[in-house]
Amino acid sequence: MGGGLYSTELQDFDKTLDLTQVKPYGDTMNDGKVQLSFTLPVPFGPEAVEAAKQLLRSMGMENPQVVFSRELTPGFTFFNCYGNLQHTVNYAGIHVPKVESTVMDMHGIDRYITEHIGRKLVLVGASTGTDAHTVGIDAIMNMKGYAGHYGLERYEMIEAYNLGSQVTNEEMIAKALEIKADAILISQTVTQKDIHIKNLSEFIEMAQAEGIRDRMILVCGGPRISHELAREIGFDAGFGTNTYAEDVASFVAQEFEKRKMNQ
Amino acid sequence: MSTSKLDLDLKKVESARNMAGEIAGQVQRFVENYTTVAVERTLCRLTGIDGTDSDGIPLPNLVVDALKEKGMLGDGALHFLGNVLCRKGMTPDQTARAISGGTFVSWDLPVSPHRDIEEALKPVIDKSIARIREKRLEREHNLKRLGEGPRPYLYVIVATGNIYEDAVQAQAAARQGADIIAVIRTTGQSLLDFVPFGATTEGFGGTFATQENFRIMRKALDQVGEETGRYIRLCNYCSGLCMPEIAVMGAFEGLDVMLNDALYGILFRDINMQRTLVDQYFSRIINGFAGVIINTGEDNYLTTADAFEEAHTVLASDFINEQLALIAGLPPEQMGLGHAFEMDPGLENAFLYELAQAQMTREIFPEAPLKYMPPTKFMTGNIFRGHIQDALFNLAGIWTGQGIQLLGMPTEAIHTPFMSDRYLSIENARYIFTSFRSIGEEVEFKKNGIIRKRAARVLEDACRLLEKLREEGLFTALEKGYFANIRRSRDGGKGLEGVTRKSSLYMNPYIELLKGNK
Repeated sequence: MGGGLYSTELQDFDKTLDLTQVKPYGDTMNDGKVQLSFTLPVPFGPEAVEAAKQLLRSMGMENPQVVFSRELTPGFTFFNCYGNLQHTVNYAGIHVPKVESTVMDMHGIDRYITEHIGRKLVLVGASTGTDAHTVGIDAIMNMKGYAGHYGLERYEMIEAYNLGSQVTNEEMIAKALEIKADAILISQTVTQKDIHIKNLSEFIEMAQAEGIRDRMILVCGGPRISHELAREIGFDAGFGTNTYAEDVASFVAQEFEKRKMNQ
Repeated sequence: MSTSKLDLDLKKVESARNMAGEIAGQVQRFVENYTTVAVERTLCRLTGIDGTDSDGIPLPNLVVDALKEKGMLGDGALHFLGNVLCRKGMTPDQTARAISGGTFVSWDLPVSPHRDIEEALKPVIDKSIARIREKRLEREHNLKRLGEGPRPYLYVIVATGNIYEDAVQAQAAARQGADIIAVIRTTGQSLLDFVPFGATTEGFGGTFATQENFRIMRKALDQVGEETGRYIRLCNYCSGLCMPEIAVMGAFEGLDVMLNDALYGILFRDINMQRTLVDQYFSRIINGFAGVIINTGEDNYLTTADAFEEAHTVLASDFINEQLALIAGLPPEQMGLGHAFEMDPGLENAFLYELAQAQMTREIFPEAPLKYMPPTKFMTGNIFRGHIQDALFNLAGIWTGQGIQLLGMPTEAIHTPFMSDRYLSIENARYIFTSFRSIGEEVEFKKNGIIRKRAARVLEDACRLLEKLREEGLFTALEKGYFANIRRSRDGGKGLEGVTRKSSLYMNPYIELLKGNK
């Protein structure tokens, strides 16, 4: 029956995909369907629903629908909404800086290091600052790894030091110098009030002051970290969600080779 | 236990318990000879020392730091304060203020006999105990008068950083059906060797635990409790470097639940093991007396170690934590021993294994409320799947009769909960708890089936680990990384400099007066 039975909207828009003018997709090209949920600090009632609809309109949505609303506590109403977004995006014109390396698997990386570098790479990692979360650095470094991706400790050609959490930037740099690290990996999980950016920037300043900025490969990672952000702060690479030990190790090994750090 | 649905080997359970008792006993023999700066600050607080100097340094810290500097820490704060009271007639509060103002000169007073000091301190000590007892009775009275939600209690967190905003969030959650509100602490507070003072409105990923913040939240929950006709419990974190101090602040302000686990601090906050095990002993004595339910942190082992392979480490640690709590006089009905629903959702039959473990934990610790942690490790940002993972977790919780259900949030791993996240989670739990209320009584587990076999296997592995721990001792086990695959050295970590051997003059009458009492 398609949408005919339920749909009350006109469907007289162009249904061909144009990558310079992309719209969200529900079940028909260019229908612009978006789902959204939020809370407004107003009491439940028709006025609240109207307020939500007006907000959707000002976000650029036609046919705003509040499909569910409920007062969470006096003075706060929650909404589930749908609408047809009118904005478009020029997908064809987008350029996102990415980590430029070929991702290999663990054995491939070990082989690459053996062949191109000829000695073990020394990597030191930690969750720094006040961040107590070890989940990120452990996923990358622990022997077991995460979701079937072995961690760096399991790599034959990598000597991995995991310092854990709440490591100060001073401690991190001191340890890196002590063990003559080739790369430093910093994990940041807590991002409230941009504390991670402050901490990472401080690290880069200290790394520069200690003269290791160009002698070591500096990498950061975490759920709110992108390569672009990392580069902006002064790191060589940044790894966000859905990246694993092999992404990090592939980058470090190839970057090491690229910079001829062996010589 | 006679009606085990898993046909657990009761002899193995008993043997595990005995081994854990020996392991805890070894720890206790060490603990009894030592005190820490945190324990002594706690005693200062019990004598009524509170507040800060003009630089914002808490008076208990000033007193204890001064004692440490004079080499008198091993005698204990009570010996010092009591002796000054005997000889000079200065109350502990007056002494603290004199030290803070730089006018205190009586460092070298002749030492009064032990009995005289105890006699002099008695009214001060009695007053503090009465204050804690009064709060406990107030809770019991309110529970009787207002009633409470059925178990599992719905436990949610608030974490705005601003205690006043937290209060709004907490009241909203209570109206939606939450039974326990936990105020998450700001990142890094566990590593502060002092407790901040006053109401606070700034924090990262949580709100400072201060006595004033406790008071503000207690009041907000009492208010909403009257409105909803249910007593709402308040939870905070009695862990980190100020364990016993926070225990006493909580006892003074009527907190109901406290995270309280040295092993957690050692493994996940790199707190020195000697320091925190000494701190934990006194904090559990206080929590026991105050009627506070403690929560232990074993569930966290599975955030770093694999939940299927390492399930037995959680059980072994629960056994040890049970014994450490008993040594401190904390009764089983106040032991919220931790465990978790953290298996890879892609694992075949993962729910059956989770069910087996939850039922096993329930049967092995029948009187403990048990703290059941939701999935966190495999929460990916896909809030829709996450909501279903939490639904399965809730199903396991009601099925196996857990005591405290820490509700998972669909937005776990994204942000600290929005008001609407909490609403969705509470709705999820209430739907499932209502729908499956009696399933545990209706469904039995197949003989030689996956569930029974899984429980037997985890118990067996836990026994093996406990044997090893008994041989090597808890300290060595932590050094070898038996728990959570994390290694911690005996002399490493934070806070060791705050540990001192007790001298022959040392006194702490609270241990006798509070331990195992009401």
